[in-house]
Amino acid sequence: MVTTESIIHVRNMVKKFGGFVANDNLNFDVYRGEIFGFLGANGAGKTTAMKILCGLSLPTSGEIKVAGFDVYKETNLIKRNIGYMSQRFSLYEDLSVYENIRFYGGIYGLSRKLIRERADFLLETLNLSDIRNKLIKDLPLGWRQKLAFSVAIFHKPGIVFLDEPTGGVDPITRRQFWEMIYQAAADGITVFVTTHYMDEAEYCNRVSIMVDGKIRALDTPEGLKKQFAAATMNEVFLKLARNNQSV
Amino acid sequence: MEKNAVIAENLSKSFKKVNAVKSVSFGIGKGELFGFIGPDGAGKSTLFRMLVTLLLPDEGKASISGLDVVSDFRKVRNILGYMPGKFSLYQDLTVEQNLNFYATIFGTTVKENYHLIKDIYVQIEPFKNRLAGNLSGGMKQKLALSCALIHKPEVLVLDEPTTGVDAVSRKEFWEMLGRLKHEGITILVSTPYMDEAILCDRVALIQDGSILRIDKPDEITKSFGKPVFAVKSDRTHDLILDLKSFRGVEAANLFGNQVHVVMNNSDVDAGQITTFLKEKGQTSLDVREIEAGIEDCFIDLMINKS
Repeated sequence: MVTTESIIHVRNMVKKFGGFVANDNLNFDVYRGEIFGFLGANGAGKTTAMKILCGLSLPTSGEIKVAGFDVYKETNLIKRNIGYMSQRFSLYEDLSVYENIRFYGGIYGLSRKLIRERADFLLETLNLSDIRNKLIKDLPLGWRQKLAFSVAIFHKPGIVFLDEPTGGVDPITRRQFWEMIYQAAADGITVFVTTHYMDEAEYCNRVSIMVDGKIRALDTPEGLKKQFAAATMNEVFLKLARNNQSV
Repeated sequence: MEKNAVIAENLSKSFKKVNAVKSVSFGIGKGELFGFIGPDGAGKSTLFRMLVTLLLPDEGKASISGLDVVSDFRKVRNILGYMPGKFSLYQDLTVEQNLNFYATIFGTTVKENYHLIKDIYVQIEPFKNRLAGNLSGGMKQKLALSCALIHKPEVLVLDEPTTGVDAVSRKEFWEMLGRLKHEGITILVSTPYMDEAILCDRVALIQDGSILRIDKPDEITKSFGKPVFAVKSDRTHDLILDLKSFRGVEAANLFGNQVHVVMNNSDVDAGQITTFLKEKGQTSLDVREIEAGIEDCFIDLMINKS
């Protein structure tokens, strides 16, 4: 359920590295329960912004709140109330399926009993009960990504940040992954996702597109296609980013 | 036989428990732009590493311009350009130093083959004194391609050059490959992006270490053989479930804001699907028959193989 309650609140966000302005006065809200697509060309400043929102990097200036907490003073509370999953690293390869779940549950301070209960439910839902003691490195990539997502929301965070979660994943698993994202959103988790697959941009409630450190467009996929007179999100993206190519 | 720039016969490679490449065979013509399309873990990189003489096959054989990749590996390396998936240039050398280094190793000069890399290199030349490690992703990719080309290889092997690259840069990269093809260079490129298949002369769809299909992209899509409909409504999520309950529906998959429906027979038309969905309470419907795309074909091959 998309609400009108702002769970990520960004006003005049600026991040400079020396003379280079990576985030140039960003303003946006993400609403509770929303699937928010955060798009942009390589080097547009997405990762910089995401690090700030996850409490991993301080902005140069601006007023930013995530899950109600201040990104300057309450980074620990932010970290406790969000989930994060990246394409490259998400699970420990030399730990088993269950050990990974227990590890992440423990980090977020869940009790042993709660970890056990939720893990049983999770493994059953994912059809992984039989291989709970298998090492992650022996699992196919598609399974790993689905498990990584489940682990990222295991502590039932208010928001989950997904950084290119489906890169390189086969077309069937990619779609199953999005069904899981829909389910998480239906359960009230706000999803903040980056992707290079433009068809996936269509699955988001709203999409922002960053170009050279600025948010150049923000609307529903339908709204953006109308605004840029484009048939697909791919066209929208090419129109916006093409004229602003920095090498 | 002689017309083929690259030949593989029953190539296989296993790592402990994993059969990464399972008896793969193909022939790639001289000057062809040939794509290996498949997800991570399909065996693309292992296959490429055998072709570029960095990995010994367990079984089978392969040749580049008639030279065996095992017994003639030194000669093969001279006529090959390889860009691995992971950036592997010297991070602590500058852009220019890297390029000179690769030219020197292959006994040539940057000047001699500059025409080949000009289009690509001019874009990073303003940064020629910057350390390679300090380049952005897009610039690294352009430098890596320049270094792989500087000795004028007969065959260029590019392992996932567009993975993690945004839609704009991907488009530009493929335009560059098109120009290199006109120079007569045979190009092997792997990608997990299904939409890049149509930019190749021929493609091999690869999954779980096996090739599912080799053909021209439009031949693959034309021979799909089953009717496909693109369906839109204002409730996409229920739409898939509703469609799956329609008679004769073999698959219903999300493609952006549409659902692609594959029928197992051709006696259904768009009107009948519309009527059925209206009865299910779907509104703002748009149903039209379309030609299958590469991703439709790939999904179909994956399902019918397992």
